[in-house]
Amino acid sequence: MQTGLILAALRKHRLATLLIALEIALACAVLCNACFLIAHRMGLTRVDSGVDESALAVFKIDGFEAAQAGDLNARMLAGLRAVPGMQSASVVNTAPFGLPTGNAGINLDREGKRFGGVVGLYLDGPGSFEALGLRLVAGRAPQTGDFQPMVGFAPKDSQVVVSHTLAEHLWPGQDPLGKEFWSGDYHFRVIGVVAHMARPGAGEGGTGTIEWSVFVPTQPGPNLVGTYLLRAAPQDLPRVLRDAKAAIARAVPDVVIDHENSRTLGDLRERYFRSDRVMASLLVGVVAALLGVTALGIVGLASFWVQQRRRQIGIRRAIGATRGDILRYFQTENFLIVTFGIALGMLLAFALNAMLMRFYELPHLPLAYLPAGALALWGLGQVAVLGPALRAAAVPPVVATRSG
Amino acid sequence: MFGYYLDLALRSLKRNKVLTALMVLAIALGIGTSMTTLTVMHVLSGDPIPGKSAQLFRVRMNVYPDDSFRQGDKVPDNLTRRDAEALLLAGQADRQAAMSAGAMVVVSAKGEPLRVATRYTGADFFPMFDAPMRYGAAWRREDDAGRARVAVISDALNEQLFGGADSVGQTLRVGDQSLRIVGVLGDWSMNPRFYDLSNGQFGDSEQVFVPLSTALDLKLSTSGSTSCWGNAPDPRAADAPCIWLQYWAELGTPAKAAAYRQYLQNYIALQQQGGRFTHDGQAGLLDVMQWLDAKGVVPADVRLQTWLALGFLGICLLNTVGLLLAKFLRRSGEIGVRRALGASRRAIFVQCLVEAGVVGIAGGAFGLALAALGLVLVRHQPTDYGAYVHMDLRMLLATFVLALASSLLAGLLPAWRAMHVAPAVALKSN
Repeated sequence: MQTGLILAALRKHRLATLLIALEIALACAVLCNACFLIAHRMGLTRVDSGVDESALAVFKIDGFEAAQAGDLNARMLAGLRAVPGMQSASVVNTAPFGLPTGNAGINLDREGKRFGGVVGLYLDGPGSFEALGLRLVAGRAPQTGDFQPMVGFAPKDSQVVVSHTLAEHLWPGQDPLGKEFWSGDYHFRVIGVVAHMARPGAGEGGTGTIEWSVFVPTQPGPNLVGTYLLRAAPQDLPRVLRDAKAAIARAVPDVVIDHENSRTLGDLRERYFRSDRVMASLLVGVVAALLGVTALGIVGLASFWVQQRRRQIGIRRAIGATRGDILRYFQTENFLIVTFGIALGMLLAFALNAMLMRFYELPHLPLAYLPAGALALWGLGQVAVLGPALRAAAVPPVVATRSG
Repeated sequence: MFGYYLDLALRSLKRNKVLTALMVLAIALGIGTSMTTLTVMHVLSGDPIPGKSAQLFRVRMNVYPDDSFRQGDKVPDNLTRRDAEALLLAGQADRQAAMSAGAMVVVSAKGEPLRVATRYTGADFFPMFDAPMRYGAAWRREDDAGRARVAVISDALNEQLFGGADSVGQTLRVGDQSLRIVGVLGDWSMNPRFYDLSNGQFGDSEQVFVPLSTALDLKLSTSGSTSCWGNAPDPRAADAPCIWLQYWAELGTPAKAAAYRQYLQNYIALQQQGGRFTHDGQAGLLDVMQWLDAKGVVPADVRLQTWLALGFLGICLLNTVGLLLAKFLRRSGEIGVRRALGASRRAIFVQCLVEAGVVGIAGGAFGLALAALGLVLVRHQPTDYGAYVHMDLRMLLATFVLALASSLLAGLLPAWRAMHVAPAVALKSN
């Protein structure tokens, strides 16, 4: 019943109404997209690496000659396995969230005509497959005979395990077991598929390729030395890693422990996604500041209007409007303005999303964000206008009789 | 007149403190966030070697054999050892250096092994990149050719190993080899580290510099991206089909740069005649700023933050427009009196803008404090560039210019409305 009245009044303040509506629209667009970005970033950090992260640690050393690899690997493994609580130690090239080594472009034919993408290779020694705790969904795990020596960057001819995601990418809808791929002269044949396996340096090439990884059973040697995968019970792991550092410093004093990269997988994961979390918290800050400023704008303008209309309010009160009527008048007015803003804001939100998608790897803004953003802004508007509206409701009818 | 307007503005702002505070706060928040992100952008996209950035060129070419070459692929950043050595031998630029990053373990004075970052390069590196020497001098070109067992170390390592004393002539033990120290670098770091962006884009300079030829001879360990095609048992071998060496040339004049481009074309033509490949080789030069641009040194996140902050500033400005409008129109009566007493529309307009400007300056000052706080937060973030972000005089001035410009922009519309207040109506309604 008041709506017609309110609209008529707003028409008198077209400019101010438009400004508030525009501010709401911009806020709506930024709010929806910022929340979406936050959710997207946090989603990235929750990627399933497919391995028993809480039970694993990486141990990396430096300062040795590749020529001493055989002897060094043996001494290192012996030293590491002697640490109390160590369940297993194996030679690997890297681990999920570790240093990205061994990316390779692969082809689905020997001639290199059908490009399959750039995948991450785990060149890991005996015992590592079991230690990682990868969950096999088809085929078999690598056996002793599958571990081949490196020639250059990989074994010449490998029997490999791939992730389900990679199998679906390379051979959609087909049985991947027995399928082959090549990288230059190197040949790989699939013997097993695991449910999840994040690539080392996960996320390279975007979220879609985060699980494009291949487990290549490899015999430790001159090109596979210096990085070790440790497994211990989760509650023992920090102590086991600490003891391992001390034990190696004693047992193999001629190498330098790379402390920066010798960490539990939990730590590595934390470090890996740190920038994403920083960005997400920054976005949360932006959203908070945005809502705050928008609320301040509403408070400021509503207060101004209340003050400007004191006489009219007094008149309305004098001729019978209750305090509740006045309160609801300002609340409805705010609701209408915010609604205009939201309507425009939804269009802007999609435009902004389209722009972001052009420059960043982002999916479409899910529709669910729009009603959520609208609800938030309606709520914000009502909270912001409550103070000025209450002050308006408190205007006594006697004001009508005073001038100015 | 301006003084009078300023006085009027201050009086008017004092009259409604809450509204004024809201406006200043809105501008300050917008300016604070924008200047924080713009300062980060400014530092990240700055010229790391002003004065020389147009004379230093990254040399790139694509020497993939035809069966590994895909039209539309990006030009590889690095060269094969074969091509790098051919270009070095020809020496067609004023100065040139092929290089690679690496790491080695040296033994400290206390007998502890220390892992240090290294750079394997040529004698020209130091004059090319304006690296000053504290003690001694860089090695000479003859040392490159002679694979001399020499090294230049950083000031920081000199401090660590020799307590800051002149260590020229001392020996650096690397495994069972030894290198003679010929020079100690002075204060030198390039940020972003444009000469090699593949091993951390920001950070201190390397600690040990060794001739590339010596490093290859001693098989010192290298790091950085290596791409091979075909069978490469040793990717560092002289004829290995692997691209891994960074190559920089200094060309003092545009004419020399043009001549060098021609030289590269001729080099590619020779390779084509030699049957290495038939594609066009994509040989080219990028100067420092082009190179930084091509490598996208400004992280995507920082760009996103900047856009967000500017969007936020826009919202703050809209907010200010609304509040200023409320403020000016509330004084319709006062404006009516002034108009009736003979003030021109222009005078009202200017008076309103002065008031907006005062709000802007106050917002700028407060925003500057917020930006300083924001930059402290940026420095505490775990990013490699954080430590290098600081506000310089230009950004300080830019803050006030931005604050003033945006507040004046926000004041335009309200001032326009205020100057069109009809004096008669305004006076009567009062």
